[in-house]
Amino acid sequence: MIGSLSLENPTMLASGIMDEDAGSMKRIIKSGAGAIVTKSIGIKAREGYPNPTLIELDYGIINAMGLPNPGIDNYGEEIKELKKSKTPIIGSIYGENSKEFIILSQKMQDYGVSAIELNLSCPHAKKYGLEVGSDPKLVRIITSSVKENVDIPVFVKLSPNVANISELAGAAESGNADAIVAINTVKAMKINLDIGKPILSNKIGGYSGQAINPIGVRCVYEIAEHVNIPIIGVGGILSGEDAIEYMMAGASAVQIGVGVYYRELDIFNKINKEIKQWMNTHNYNKISDIIGVAHK
Amino acid sequence: MNIPEIKKILDIKIEAKDVKTITFNLSEKVIPGQFFMIWIPGIDEIPMSVSYIDKDVKGITFRKVGDATEALYKLKKGEKIGIRGPYGNGFSKLGENNLFVGGGTGIAMLAPVIDQAVQLKKKSTVIIGAKTKNELFFEDKIKKYNVKTLVSTDDGSKGYNGFATDLAKKIITEEKIDSVITCGPELMMKKLLTFCKDISFQASLERYMKCAMGICGQCCIGEGLRVCVDGPIFDGKILKNLKDFGIYRRDSAGRKVRF
Repeated sequence: MIGSLSLENPTMLASGIMDEDAGSMKRIIKSGAGAIVTKSIGIKAREGYPNPTLIELDYGIINAMGLPNPGIDNYGEEIKELKKSKTPIIGSIYGENSKEFIILSQKMQDYGVSAIELNLSCPHAKKYGLEVGSDPKLVRIITSSVKENVDIPVFVKLSPNVANISELAGAAESGNADAIVAINTVKAMKINLDIGKPILSNKIGGYSGQAINPIGVRCVYEIAEHVNIPIIGVGGILSGEDAIEYMMAGASAVQIGVGVYYRELDIFNKINKEIKQWMNTHNYNKISDIIGVAHK
Repeated sequence: MNIPEIKKILDIKIEAKDVKTITFNLSEKVIPGQFFMIWIPGIDEIPMSVSYIDKDVKGITFRKVGDATEALYKLKKGEKIGIRGPYGNGFSKLGENNLFVGGGTGIAMLAPVIDQAVQLKKKSTVIIGAKTKNELFFEDKIKKYNVKTLVSTDDGSKGYNGFATDLAKKIITEEKIDSVITCGPELMMKKLLTFCKDISFQASLERYMKCAMGICGQCCIGEGLRVCVDGPIFDGKILKNLKDFGIYRRDSAGRKVRF
């Protein structure tokens, strides 16, 4: 359970991965995900940046997609096509200000999503994401204004690219957020030596995958010390043990992103199985017994 | 690692007006039907199917149609491009009596699989379809493989006067074809599929691509089939049940665009 949202299992699809159209999300649901977080959707359609938008390094992946999405009005048909699915769909949205976030969240609610995730953390889009999500006051205002205008749970996704992530989590809690999602990608760059230029067209991107796992675990741990609402852990979760580690740091559920590349689309089934196996061999009966043990 | 590697352009050949083949050194094994992501630094990175396969040299053939191909077209021998790949599944099987149908620039990526069919001594017929005579290319190259090579032009300026699909329909019934392999405009491929109820069918699909690694979801069709990983070659059984095939594709923002 995350707030009033009940999940079949603790693994969710992270925003931005195979979630721009209904067909892709159906395939992920069949791969065992307990919930799906949609691509981040804005007021208007956005094409994103030119390629290269994503590259793989030794221990992770850097991307700067640039928030491509068909816009909230076009996205309705994708969500509506998923209505028959039992698996909760969490609508991720991004906006410039409270007004945009309110419109987006109300439309998502009308389409039938089970919860809203506020993208206050995309590290590579001007005016959006991290640019609104690094100011505690803005985080509180946006969160509370969305909360006042929808009846479904509201999650706030935060960035590690700040001096004090727990302060931002506290701001989201004071805005009545139902849960914190941490972390988004870590700002990064890769330069090609032969031509002496950054490879990504946006130059700066966000790092994800194995390399950022300890950063995410640290952030979740710090947030757990600071707030009393559930935390959803994300960042380099590729195995059941990675998920357990996040839970020990304080996460109630986890999200999986580029793991679908490293361990195929059925990574959700694999991780759920690995979590169960680990719990059996370590004498844990319930996931709730694992959550936050590292703080005791 | 899936990261572009800088290569110098080894050779350039002009195939027709606005159509060029570019080759570069690459020793990795590439299967006909696979593609590369071609990076033109400062402009874009786009998917392109392999059109030339040799042990240490690979090539791509393209028509100047947009910003990226325009920029690529301007590059000279020795200039640098980034290459990552090969990606995708490639063609899986050949029949005993194959018909290859290349529409427009589609013929370019069929050349390596036609070559493979000839080497494996599989009977092959090739249809090269174009709007008009001036846009035709690869006719001489394909003829050198010693396969029956037919040309169709929509305006009748060369070869069969009409659509490649009409010529294909005739060949399929007359020649007892057991395998159709095609690349070209999606509506052409969709029409071809209707002639192939009991015949093996493979088509190379094109969708707007970003990551090419099955992560971003940009090129997904049907129920989460990633053209970059699960394709770009799809067989008739899958295509028959695919609601997008020949109906719509998605633009860079994920909006549906009808064919």
